Amino acid sequence: MLTFTIRRLVLSIPTLLFIALVIFLLLKLAPGDPTAQLPLTIPPEVKAKIREALGFDQPLYIQFLKWLRQVFWVEPRVLIDYLTNTSTLFGWLPDTDFYTPCGALAEGVCDQRVVSWSVARGAPVMDIIVQRLPQTLWVVGMAYVVGVLIAIPIGIYSAYRQYSVFDQAGTFITMIGFSIPPFFTGPLLIVIFSVQLGWFPFIYDTTHKVTDWDSFIYQLRQMIMPVMVLALQVTAQISRFMRSAMLDNLNQDYVRTARAKGLGEAVVVMVHVLRNSMIPVVTVIALLVPGIFGGAIITEVVFSVNGIGQLLITALFANDMPMVMTITFIFALLIVLFNLIADILYGVLDPRVRYD
Amino acid sequence: MKLKTILLGAAAAFAVAPAAMAERGADGHVGVIYWQAPSIPSPYLSGGTKDGDAASVVIEPLARYNENGEMVPFLAEGIPTVANGGVAEDLMSVTWKLKSGIKWSDGSDLTAADVQFTAEYCMHPEGGCAQLASFDGVDKVEALDDLTVKITFKKPMPNPYGPFVGGQTPIIQKAQFANCMGAKAQECTDQNFYPIGTGPFMVKEFKPNDVIQYVANPNYRDPAKPAFATLTLKGGGDATGAGRAVMETGEYDIAWNLQLAPDVLAKMAEGGKGEARSAFGTLVERLEMNLTNPDPKLPPETRSTREEPHPFLTDMRVRKALSMAIDRNLLVEIGYGKAGRATCNLVPNPAIYASDNTECLTQDIEGAKALLDEAGWTDSDGDGVRDKDGMKLSILYQTSTNAVRQDFQALIKQWWAEIGVETELRNINASVFFGGDPGSPDTFQKFYADVEMYANNFDGTDPQAYLSMYRCDNEPQPDNQWNGQNINRFCDPEYDKLIDQLAATGDINERAALAKKMNEMLTKDTYTIVPLVDRGRVTGVSNTLGGFILNTWDNELWNAADWHRIK
Amino acid sequence: MTDPANTPLNALEEPEITRPPRSQWRDVWDQFSHHKGALMGGGFLVFITLAVMFGDFFWQVDPKKLDIRAKDFRPIYTVLWNSDAKVGWAHPLGSDNLGRDHLAQILAGGRTSMAVGWAAMILTMLIGTTIGVLAGFFKKIDGPLMRLTDLFLSLPILPLMLVAVTLFRQPLRAQFGVETGMFILIVGVIGVTSWMQTARIVRGDILALKEREFVLAARASGTTSRGIIFRHLLPNVLSPIMVSATLGLATAIITESSLSFLGVGFPSDFPTWGKMLADAVPRMQEFPERVMLPGVAISLTVLSVNYLGDGLRDALDPRIRGR
Repeated sequence: MLTFTIRRLVLSIPTLLFIALVIFLLLKLAPGDPTAQLPLTIPPEVKAKIREALGFDQPLYIQFLKWLRQVFWVEPRVLIDYLTNTSTLFGWLPDTDFYTPCGALAEGVCDQRVVSWSVARGAPVMDIIVQRLPQTLWVVGMAYVVGVLIAIPIGIYSAYRQYSVFDQAGTFITMIGFSIPPFFTGPLLIVIFSVQLGWFPFIYDTTHKVTDWDSFIYQLRQMIMPVMVLALQVTAQISRFMRSAMLDNLNQDYVRTARAKGLGEAVVVMVHVLRNSMIPVVTVIALLVPGIFGGAIITEVVFSVNGIGQLLITALFANDMPMVMTITFIFALLIVLFNLIADILYGVLDPRVRYD
Repeated sequence: MKLKTILLGAAAAFAVAPAAMAERGADGHVGVIYWQAPSIPSPYLSGGTKDGDAASVVIEPLARYNENGEMVPFLAEGIPTVANGGVAEDLMSVTWKLKSGIKWSDGSDLTAADVQFTAEYCMHPEGGCAQLASFDGVDKVEALDDLTVKITFKKPMPNPYGPFVGGQTPIIQKAQFANCMGAKAQECTDQNFYPIGTGPFMVKEFKPNDVIQYVANPNYRDPAKPAFATLTLKGGGDATGAGRAVMETGEYDIAWNLQLAPDVLAKMAEGGKGEARSAFGTLVERLEMNLTNPDPKLPPETRSTREEPHPFLTDMRVRKALSMAIDRNLLVEIGYGKAGRATCNLVPNPAIYASDNTECLTQDIEGAKALLDEAGWTDSDGDGVRDKDGMKLSILYQTSTNAVRQDFQALIKQWWAEIGVETELRNINASVFFGGDPGSPDTFQKFYADVEMYANNFDGTDPQAYLSMYRCDNEPQPDNQWNGQNINRFCDPEYDKLIDQLAATGDINERAALAKKMNEMLTKDTYTIVPLVDRGRVTGVSNTLGGFILNTWDNELWNAADWHRIK
Repeated sequence: MTDPANTPLNALEEPEITRPPRSQWRDVWDQFSHHKGALMGGGFLVFITLAVMFGDFFWQVDPKKLDIRAKDFRPIYTVLWNSDAKVGWAHPLGSDNLGRDHLAQILAGGRTSMAVGWAAMILTMLIGTTIGVLAGFFKKIDGPLMRLTDLFLSLPILPLMLVAVTLFRQPLRAQFGVETGMFILIVGVIGVTSWMQTARIVRGDILALKEREFVLAARASGTTSRGIIFRHLLPNVLSPIMVSATLGLATAIITESSLSFLGVGFPSDFPTWGKMLADAVPRMQEFPERVMLPGVAISLTVLSVNYLGDGLRDALDPRIRGR
């Protein structure tokens, strides 16, 4: 299995490069000009200069190679410098100085980072993504965890007591939850909990920092509604897959055998059946994880969360190529990674699945 | 220049004079919500309203327009005029005196050199300054002494208040931006994100496209102001959410640009935490008629350019019939309520420039039908759509995505159907439609449709630049990367003569007469532009916020220094 | 087990089988018809399909017709608790803020939403299942196909849509007219961007299934790959496919509405359930029925597809059948 993992990891490098290339070409196919956001009063010559400064007019392969160099060579050095110089985790390491910043005051050779064209004019793309991480993880990530934690027991119990009241109610609620889009559930929750009851704020405060118990409570209050909206979708999907996978296995011969040899019901269901039912569920869970970083656009807009999803859509509409490219690439990275994890888990869950 | 200002609700808020007992920072926190988030707090590097607004509480101009459209000095001692000798007799120069003792937020003194530097910064040929139009005709800006600055023009300027007047052209600090001239302007991320200013607040933390946190400027010229210690400008979300946060839940104090249907706003106001205020400026929602052919079969070089005239919209009678079929008062009732007025004018305000053109206000379906009959458009095949020479009167009508605009589209489509015109509706995301991307086929400049609807206005109180947009050759075309402003591709040598005449006329009454004539040439004489609604600016304001004055001649934050909390 | 010695041998003398052998599909139907949820779901689905297809024969109001004097009518049932409500038999389900009749809009909107939902779902399932089965079964193409899936998964859906709309809107519009052209574009885009999940799930299941004894046995007895796939593997992955299909239908209906929301979908005066719901959200406190009606329609459709799927799955599963 270790060789399998290593081989897959090595193989994923050309895959990722290929994906990056396809995304790059696709984005180039779409109309886009970084200077479009500049006002009309600017003469075309000036616009041409700005375009040149951004490298927009260079041949495609140069642009692509430049981007690759920035992502794989410059950005890691920025990260290492940050880790050894300022972060608390590795601050004890000797300070490094791999990265020479560019800027108005810079002289000589400097490392040009991936810089946003229009969404955050002139700021390094990675900095903005890092800035958006806390709210994305707090809200979308938490919704995912909550959703999965609720979904799995619901799915198991629904399947175990198929067609019971619990199963029927669970099916009903999850399917309704899934078929109602977030642009309705979001405002509905706002009207009930913010406007009528006044319990929670609905404009997400991204500057809020958790320092003590009270600020933690505030954080919980401001994230509870977006988390509910998103978790509903996750729960609905995963509980359906969980239930159907359990149903498939509950009638298998090995279950009868397990019961026949006198194993407790809990062990039969929770160990034998569950383990065998996890394959499709693991696939879904792994597949939806990268979605955390972009799949919550409408919810983010409704609650002004301004996470990575909102960043991606703004960048798209503003033709911010470096931003779109980098976010999409991170996305691809996560997808490849989580697919690999899912594939490894298949083997852990079901030893009959062979890696070779 | 009297401006009708409708202020809903308590005017008492303004009556309270807090200055006497107030103390800087005593009222805690104030929150402003913009549903479009700022990406760089600089009016010079971005043309976006949100970006200029975000900068305007930090950096200030010499003078601003108040809610009545009158100039009030900010960093200047007074307003220079010909009468007080500030403006030269020949209108070739203007001399500003700065107030003494004004300090930047870092403690250093504001001097005339900073003003001179700002002009150099914006007028640098490689800088890509967004406010270049304000410096149009400026020959040089020089500091005569520490507190005196003289602006010299290339030719007589009847309106010398372009540079440094109004929120778009504030003064930046020379010491901070000295290394950021020209092409380097874009690279000065730290300077651009954290400008040093003279305004009531300074940037504490900037998260692009998300939120800006400000703190009170310790060196602000009035020791009692601002009353708030911190200000948050939150971006993102949508107009509905912004309105709710101010009027229903009270999480924020000011909500920017609430283009929502009147019944939705009224329902929000029932929340009791705030109110929607509106005031009229120069914003006009209009239909633009495409005088050129947007047929997709044409090659991209000539599609929607003057080389290919429109097959039927070039006929004045068709354009007039389309306008006559519209019931503007009903549109106002559905879409804007008290925050809108039906109008036939491109320049509805200030009063002196507004033509008394009211003919279009009454809907006349029968008249429109008769006009089309007269023009030879008849329904010869009985399918309900008029045709002539085998061509149907079929229109593609596009606008940006917004609930009110889609309601307008549906209503107008129905009226046009009644007079035998077939309409296809299309709505495009606002960021794309107004994005101005020359590569996109969906921008309002490209105008790949027969009719489009949007709103536009002009800065300040003088319509000269606005009316000059409709000059021949100023239309978007491939040669200028589709960047022209003459959206309709209107071209009339007579009109161009009037533009030149207006630019050379100093007398206010003569200017007004010329402007009215030009306005009528575009509207009721040719129906090139079909104005629909004179739109007020609608802002949600919390009931506990005092000192807020809605000003359509500047942005919402223009008097942030005077805001305070009503207890 | 009884002692064989005591069993009378005349058991062998029993007359021939009285009933003819039951066909497999008869069994399937028997099992299916015992599933109340499935019957109700199927019934509702037939009803709503007929309603949106033929409803406008009975309710001949133009859904796009504005009547500003008759705006903001409430549904007729509002009278039950509020006798002052503005109601009328001309608009049994009320009218919107521009006076468009709600009943007519629900019918017309349903036709679009159902058509988009079904077409996109079927397309998604076809692509997803084919790729999933091929990747899981044939080891050689597993790698390339899964990398292809990764590629599609990591493609940002939105730019893809914007590109597709920019490139194909004009030709499709010229070829098929505004509405059909848009329909093809939307179904195509949804289909192409949402098959990956199904493909991954099916592949995961196939990977496990193909090492199972019954497949090995089939292979040993000389069954062709085709036979193994259609007779042994596909029936066994039916349940995750059913779940994906149910979710896919709902997703397609909702994705269509988000597309219109972004201005790349149907024209704004072309009703669909999703768009009716989106348009009604700002006024949901005063006119709750405007969100309820399309919302309930979407939910009930999805629910009934779900129950139908449950019933089909049970009916097609030989292990459950006959219990």
